[in-house]
Amino acid sequence: MASNEKPATRKAAIVGGNRIPFARSNSTYAQASNQDMLTATIDGLVARFGLAGKKVDEVVAGAVLKHARDFNLTRESVLGSKLDASTPAYDVQQACGTGLEAAILVANKIALGQIESGIAGGVDTTSDAPLAVGDDLRRILISLNSAKTVQDRLKAIARIRPGMIAPEIPRNSEPRTGLAMGEHAQLTAHEWEIGREEQDELTVRSHQNMAAAYERGFFDDLVTPFLGLARDQNLRPDSSLEKLAKLKPVFDKALPEGAEGTMTAGNSTPLTDGASAVLLASDEWAAEQGLPVLAHLVDAQTAAVDYVHGGEGLLMAPVYAVPKMLARNGLSLQDFDFYEIHEAFASTVLATMKAWEDPAYCKEKLGLDAPLGSIDRSKLNVYGSSLAAGHPFAATGGRIVASLAKTLHAAGPGKRGLISICAAGGQGVVAILES
Amino acid sequence: MADWYTNFANSGFGTTLTKQLGLPRPAVLRRYEPGEPLLPGPVVIGSAGQGRLRDTVAAVLKDAGATVVSPVAADGSTDGEKFGAVVLDATGLTSPGDLVSAHDFLAPAIKRLRASGRVLILADPPQTADSPAQAAARQAIDGLVRSIGKELLNGSTANAVFVPEGAEASVASPLKFFLSGRSAYVDGQLLTLEPAEVPNGEDAAKPLAGKVAVVTGAARGIGAAIAEVLARDGAHVVAVDIPVAGDSLAKVANEIGGTALQLDITADDAPQRLIEHLRERHGGVDVIVHNAGITRDKLLVNMDAARWNSVMAVNLQAQLDITQALLDDGDILKPGARIVCVSSQSGIAGNRGQTNYAASKAGVIGMVRAWAPEFAERDATINAVAPGFIITEMTAKMPVGTREVGSRINSLQQGGLPVDVAETIAWLSQPGSAGVNGQTVRVCGQSMLGA
Ligand SMILES: NC(=O)c1ccc[n+]([C@@H]2O[C@H](COP(=O)([O-])OP(=O)(O)OC[C@H]3O[C@@H](n4cnc5c(N)ncnc54)[C@H](O)[C@@H]3O)[C@@H](O)[C@H]2O)c1
Repeated sequence: MASNEKPATRKAAIVGGNRIPFARSNSTYAQASNQDMLTATIDGLVARFGLAGKKVDEVVAGAVLKHARDFNLTRESVLGSKLDASTPAYDVQQACGTGLEAAILVANKIALGQIESGIAGGVDTTSDAPLAVGDDLRRILISLNSAKTVQDRLKAIARIRPGMIAPEIPRNSEPRTGLAMGEHAQLTAHEWEIGREEQDELTVRSHQNMAAAYERGFFDDLVTPFLGLARDQNLRPDSSLEKLAKLKPVFDKALPEGAEGTMTAGNSTPLTDGASAVLLASDEWAAEQGLPVLAHLVDAQTAAVDYVHGGEGLLMAPVYAVPKMLARNGLSLQDFDFYEIHEAFASTVLATMKAWEDPAYCKEKLGLDAPLGSIDRSKLNVYGSSLAAGHPFAATGGRIVASLAKTLHAAGPGKRGLISICAAGGQGVVAILES
Repeated sequence: MADWYTNFANSGFGTTLTKQLGLPRPAVLRRYEPGEPLLPGPVVIGSAGQGRLRDTVAAVLKDAGATVVSPVAADGSTDGEKFGAVVLDATGLTSPGDLVSAHDFLAPAIKRLRASGRVLILADPPQTADSPAQAAARQAIDGLVRSIGKELLNGSTANAVFVPEGAEASVASPLKFFLSGRSAYVDGQLLTLEPAEVPNGEDAAKPLAGKVAVVTGAARGIGAAIAEVLARDGAHVVAVDIPVAGDSLAKVANEIGGTALQLDITADDAPQRLIEHLRERHGGVDVIVHNAGITRDKLLVNMDAARWNSVMAVNLQAQLDITQALLDDGDILKPGARIVCVSSQSGIAGNRGQTNYAASKAGVIGMVRAWAPEFAERDATINAVAPGFIITEMTAKMPVGTREVGSRINSLQQGGLPVDVAETIAWLSQPGSAGVNGQTVRVCGQSMLGA
């Protein structure tokens, strides 16, 4: 049976969200673990919605960079939080799509009537990142642990060589290509002829939009300070084209001979620490609790591309996911009041929009009769996005869902928002919210 | 927060040392604990003048579980059971000559008062007297009660309540408050009641059950204590503070099962955002506690406009704007609403370096007095509480000398605790306190400043 028709279900409500301000790597949150941040974020959400001592039907969250000790991260965070300890929880992970995927999972269970309320979240730290030892050393350590006699132990120790001691620090790179994500994005930017200046312009707008949103109190009911930080540390209200123009390209290693890099530390997101959480529920549960319904999660879609052999850009999967979701909902790309395209890199947002405008690409790659067309830039990332806020991988989805839901609610009933998030491994997660 | 000196002076060694050196020995005050009886000993009730309230008082106290006993003889010994409280019904005084019976009753009774005992005098308000002689007799109560407050030892307090004709039903709530541990640091106060529709059937343990209360500046200090006490008394508390204080605000809210609302009360849209929140979540509000306050001290001659304006904006203008918006809204204030505004001793006595702060806090006193009739029309009340020296993080930062002097120059010889302010506010928030309106109650241990 074709999956073009949706079964009759109820739509999950987005009640609200909370996040801690995002901090730059190895800075304010350097001593905080994933669990510390996620627990504080859940507690902030609990305080905002008066949930202390109450049970929520399920908490779903994840982290991209995880310690072995974080095996049950979300449940442990719930146990450390003010929620009733009988609140079940599980972990998910889909790279940078984790936070949005968690919201989709919670929303789907609500839609099916399996739960009435749920919290979706995500957290990441690049400061307290797990260090792995190399495979050789790991094997020796395991045999050391299982050795029964002193002699066996000494034998095992004798096999350790100085070169094995250096730990493997997790890198933001693709295992199958060895290229950093930024290097992949730079290849895509080159292919789509995304200029330096338009990337810098998008970056300045992100900072300005977010600074203005903070000034008008937009984040007052979306963010709770943590460890003395009250605003996103990466935010530069005074960001300007002149300042950004001075920065050197940093991801040009994989470009063909003679091609110039356009991506800098300014128009790319920095490594960031932080966490976010979103409260979802059935309309009935929200009403019973006297809580608002900001918007509903209408639909969602994932996609993946073969960036290894298929000639597609690493971060282009959302370009594929969106038309599929639009078709299923009978919508055009222009039928939205707000667009949230995650700013992994300024060039990613620009390449995504350019691809949707390109007739040949839309026909050949997306199998569409006509291009999706362009979107009104004044409706794009209106309170800033990851370039300004930073991007603690799994926390970005929750940041976007809560902020967009609030914006749709403020704009009035029947407003629609599109979320598009690219993720490592050539994946994309997209969703539609409606007030 | 512990008052180290009070703790020390009451330790074994501290008691000996302070006695030998003739140092003040502040008492450990009796403070309210849920479930404890109203008083640790019987109440003796006496009268001077015609006394129209004796029976009402006895009935209220018996209903609250207290034992009521008859006056002791003038030459009565100090033996026998000690009193938890002494209540004098001085209503119906006609001339100063009647006052000697007040003396005759009080002297032997007070001799038998327990530690943290209570003296409460009920009288008619001087303003409504028929003759100068009667006004004199009524006004005499003022000097009498304040002097008793200064003479009492061991954490005992003396207060007076003026009860106009027709306000008899309003007496129960202040009577129970002044005799209980809730009023531990309220001393030397004179309260004037008004006739009011007083609801009955209040749950003594949870007088605020089912109520929604907003507390501004709730992230720490006195505000956090107010939030805790209102929640203990049964209210759902919406804890408000500036966004940068959101971290500790969330902790306070979660500790008491309330909600956190991050809001700068001086923002242009603050009243609207608060009202929207209350409407959406609760459909209305029963209690508003305007507690948020700041100091920006400087001598007047050195004070810049920024210091002046920021203090006025938080301490006074925000209280005015939010209250006005609540009134204008029509139905957001639920029937029987209570507004309590935090003023300060500085607003009564003035304070060097605090022209801006004292002006703002005095303004609060004028504001509640002026608004009282409009609130009375809605069966609601608006009152102020003026804390004296309260031991908080703020006062902990003061130099030791200033802090020690500041905390001792009152009849109880110690600083108050945030919970003392909170208890007074919680009492004014009770449905039963309908007859207290437009008043400013000092929580200052009968401070010598501005008295
Ligand atoms: N501590 C004392 O001895 C004393 C004495 C007299 C009166 N007071 C009054 O009691 C009240 C509480 O004092 P405290 O000692 O607890 O002070 P505090 O400084 O510990 O707490 C005041 C709280 O108000 C908050 N606040 C300040 N500006 C705000 C704004 N614009 N919007 C929202 N919240 C804001 C602060 O963030 C803080 O959490 C104040 O009104 C103060 O003037 C205190």
